[in-house]
Amino acid sequence: MVEFTNTGSKDTRSGFGEALLELGKLNPDVVALCADLTGSMKMDAFAKTFPERFFQVGIAEANMMCIAAGMTIGGKIPFTGTFANFSTGRVYDQIRQSIAYSGKNVKICASHAGVTLGEDGATHQILEDLGLMKMLPGMTVINTCDFNQTKAATLAIAKYIGPVYLRFGRPKVPNFTPAAAEFEIGKAILLNEGSDVSIFATGHLVWKALEAGKMLEKIGIHAEIINIHTIKPLDRETIIASISKTHCVVTAEEHMMNGGMGDSIAQLLVRDNPLPMEMVAVNDQFGQSGKPEELMEKYGLEAANIVKAAQKVISRKK
Amino acid sequence: MPSTTELLKISTQVRRDIIRMTHGAASGHPGGSLGCADFITTLYFGIMKPDPKNFTMDGIGEDLFFLSNGHLSPLWYSVLGRYGYFDYHELGTFRMLNTRLQGHPSVHEKLPGIRVASGSLGQGLSVSIGAALSKKLNRDPHHVFCLMGDGELEEGQNWEAAMFAASHKVDNLIAIVDDNGKQIDGPVKKVINIGDLKAKFEAFGWLVIRMNGNDIADIREKMLLAKVASGKGKPVMVLMKTIMGFGVDFMLDNHEWHGVAPNDEQAEKALNQLEETLGDY
Repeated sequence: MVEFTNTGSKDTRSGFGEALLELGKLNPDVVALCADLTGSMKMDAFAKTFPERFFQVGIAEANMMCIAAGMTIGGKIPFTGTFANFSTGRVYDQIRQSIAYSGKNVKICASHAGVTLGEDGATHQILEDLGLMKMLPGMTVINTCDFNQTKAATLAIAKYIGPVYLRFGRPKVPNFTPAAAEFEIGKAILLNEGSDVSIFATGHLVWKALEAGKMLEKIGIHAEIINIHTIKPLDRETIIASISKTHCVVTAEEHMMNGGMGDSIAQLLVRDNPLPMEMVAVNDQFGQSGKPEELMEKYGLEAANIVKAAQKVISRKK
Repeated sequence: MPSTTELLKISTQVRRDIIRMTHGAASGHPGGSLGCADFITTLYFGIMKPDPKNFTMDGIGEDLFFLSNGHLSPLWYSVLGRYGYFDYHELGTFRMLNTRLQGHPSVHEKLPGIRVASGSLGQGLSVSIGAALSKKLNRDPHHVFCLMGDGELEEGQNWEAAMFAASHKVDNLIAIVDDNGKQIDGPVKKVINIGDLKAKFEAFGWLVIRMNGNDIADIREKMLLAKVASGKGKPVMVLMKTIMGFGVDFMLDNHEWHGVAPNDEQAEKALNQLEETLGDY
């Protein structure tokens, strides 16, 4: 098992904030819009350094999405910032018509995704956002795992032309992606080679998958662990190469089972190579108030759940 | 600028196009399209005068127009075609399979002249604000025009946009409300009384101008006035009185013609009232 070092836990949203500031210096066309969450989104440094390119929209997310769409006309690259819930479900039709269908180069940057938003409860903890976004034709959907990867992804999507949904979160999580690693949209990252089971994880569950890998190793199971940071377009080649070796699959994500990353991989499997599969995800329920770590445990999103799922799929192999 | 007589000649042909397009597609929205024909014709041919041969998505160095009430698509397509964005004979493909002239405007099929999809109401004003901000950042002194319906103002997003535009002093934006008092289910006042629009927009911090949208001379005068009034820290709102179905007697001021196409007999009757001034497609 490859050893991964946590270089110091940090929140993924801070990676976004740092990269946005850097982008401001690198590219004069980058503009940022925020719906009254500048501090929570870590956009204050950009706002302070580039006041003429920062637009405070107030609590009006629908307006923000469409203003962002309009700003692309004239060559700007707008980054919108609000929580994942208000970046997707609340503004679905605005994104659908004015951004996705219109092919606009808007970067929808969404923090506080999933149950790790914590105490604010289910009104704010969206678990359906990846599904909503991946259904839109032409939308690129990214869910990063740590500070360094969120920073690299933010820089990468500025160079890509087209609508992007970038999902990250609130809590401090282990930071293990090498700081110098470039982010390649649509290219999954093989973290650990293994032969017994393929574990595909995204977002906060990537570190949990690495922990699960160590636990499995102790009982003689060699897990292949792959970071699916881009849910759409899905890296078919890497996934197919892995499952043809391991012949069973576990997916892990802080998202609803319906419509999530696991759902995308299941579609790929049934068409290409039907194999035993288990999904570690939230199954058809809303979240609730609590501490992030308590909620991860309550909703079955821990390393132990991945271990159990791995044992189950292995036992189902013929 | 073309004379009022010349503009009327164009808008009469545009009205014929609207009847023929909606009749040909057996669907579409003739009522509001006829009502706003004088306005969009005058805006393109007399006020904005963009370059139709070198259309770019960014539209830097020219005025931009956004149609928020996208169901007026037959009107917009006709003006775009007649103005030279594409061969106007393409108007005959309106709403047909594989057409660039989708039921509601889209950029997906790459029809020159269109910069964003519209049809789902209440989004155009926000998009126009974005384009206007982009112009400001680009130090581009041109204007952004946005046409909306009066019924459309029932969508709450418009009021988010109205607040933003005043608060951020988006003074290169000129919005126009088609105040025809009609929507699908009946008179706007009966569906939802949207009240005194002048007082509302003034309270939101806009400069408000009234205009008769079925009088080309008045459109020319008030749109030039709107341009003069812009650039002074306030967004400009033009409340444009129009009559739904203007130009066709049996459609006049009747909400039932909002989204119904004329049948053969009705189309013939309507076309008899509209002179073929520039040649049909």
